[in-house]
Amino acid sequence: MKPASFEYHAPDSVEEALGLLTEHGWDAKALAGGQSLIPAMNFRLARPAVLVDLNLIDELAFIRRNENGGGDGGPGPGGVRIGAMTRQRAVEKSELVAELAPLLTEMMPHIAHPQIRNRGTFGGSAVHADPASEIPAALLALDASCRVRGVEGERWVRAEEFFLGLFGTSLEPDELLIEIALPGPRELTGCAFREISRRQGDYALAGLAIRLTLDVKGRIQEARLAYLGVGGAPALAASAAAVLIGEKPTATVVEDAARTAAGELEPMEDMHASAAYRSRLVEILTREALATAAERASGSG
Amino acid sequence: MDATQAVAIRVTVNGERYERSVEPRLLLSDFLRQELGLSGTHVGCEHGVCGACTVLLDGQPVRACLVFAVQADGSSIGTVEGLERDDGLHPLQAAFKEAHGLQCGFCTPGILMTMVAFLDEVPDPTELEVREALSGNLCRCTGYQKIVEAVEAAAAGLGGKP
Repeated sequence: MKPASFEYHAPDSVEEALGLLTEHGWDAKALAGGQSLIPAMNFRLARPAVLVDLNLIDELAFIRRNENGGGDGGPGPGGVRIGAMTRQRAVEKSELVAELAPLLTEMMPHIAHPQIRNRGTFGGSAVHADPASEIPAALLALDASCRVRGVEGERWVRAEEFFLGLFGTSLEPDELLIEIALPGPRELTGCAFREISRRQGDYALAGLAIRLTLDVKGRIQEARLAYLGVGGAPALAASAAAVLIGEKPTATVVEDAARTAAGELEPMEDMHASAAYRSRLVEILTREALATAAERASGSG
Repeated sequence: MDATQAVAIRVTVNGERYERSVEPRLLLSDFLRQELGLSGTHVGCEHGVCGACTVLLDGQPVRACLVFAVQADGSSIGTVEGLERDDGLHPLQAAFKEAHGLQCGFCTPGILMTMVAFLDEVPDPTELEVREALSGNLCRCTGYQKIVEAVEAAAAGLGGKP
């Protein structure tokens, strides 16, 4: 239960960190909040030869209004930008996030426990891409964009292209996630988050984040449904969304979409819940979250 | 320089300054217990589940088993040894004693450090809030009821000495 030896570096700039990651390639691992990597190291499931600790890089910890937008090729203007090394607890408590990305404020308390969120980072959880965790689902539902930098330069990646399966992202081993841009609230748009876990802070048996946009006639124009705990990867549920598009969010339509989602996803079975039980949860949670999001969408118009 | 070699760190623990040389892989929990002899911080699961090793890192409760000691360089750390006051137990400790909020005591230091920070933030919590705040700390003896009562008593100022 003790980590194997490693070479330790704690750079205080992104440039220096990228230099170290480039120099050591696959031998190196970037250490963000460490709330997933350090347990894996304690079990020796992970034995990185070189650890590049990002905790001293102040330029990666911020929450700011996305005012200039476009200037750096990123999305916007509008919404909020969150630096990759911003602590989850800071996101949870941020008034700016509550104003510009309230789905996150609703979701953050579901991530583990306060002791974990005090240390765990927003970007670290995104890069870890655990299909059971909340942040990837929220980034997908909100159509977030990730700013990624390597020694060669920078690129912006939309959440759908960022997440590539189980614990997989499009990040190269010599690249770092710099920040995440979240679009601000829009007209006729509502979000919702729901999850069920055995105890507060446990991994969800099933959960989802939704963003729903209506047109002026009250028909669903866009539906982004991202699940956690029930799939092999952080991904959007396409079939359930297809059921919703062009329809008014009536009880029948919502019911239909919830059933479609339950059929579309293939949850795993483990000691906590059977696959059938998880599918049932998907149906119920989808129904509840859709109803909430639809109500919020029509209220915001 | 071989970076796996020991690194010099300076930390302030319970107001006292320490300077030590540590291997980068040394966990903060083991540093406190083995290097500083502060064995009040307990080590349970060592992967962030049980909460027994919770300490305050710059005022915020964190799992000491999920932080390397080298990362605490320059930080201020609070452990259960620092709770007691000149005139006796911290009011939260006194409330745990009064309400029988502990049995074997293994989880207690982690719970105290978690709850000290929680009560700073939420001085007048509801029972549900107390239970949610406790969710990151496992106790296998009490069934939590007496712990919840102790925290509520402390919040109400019933911990004995002020």
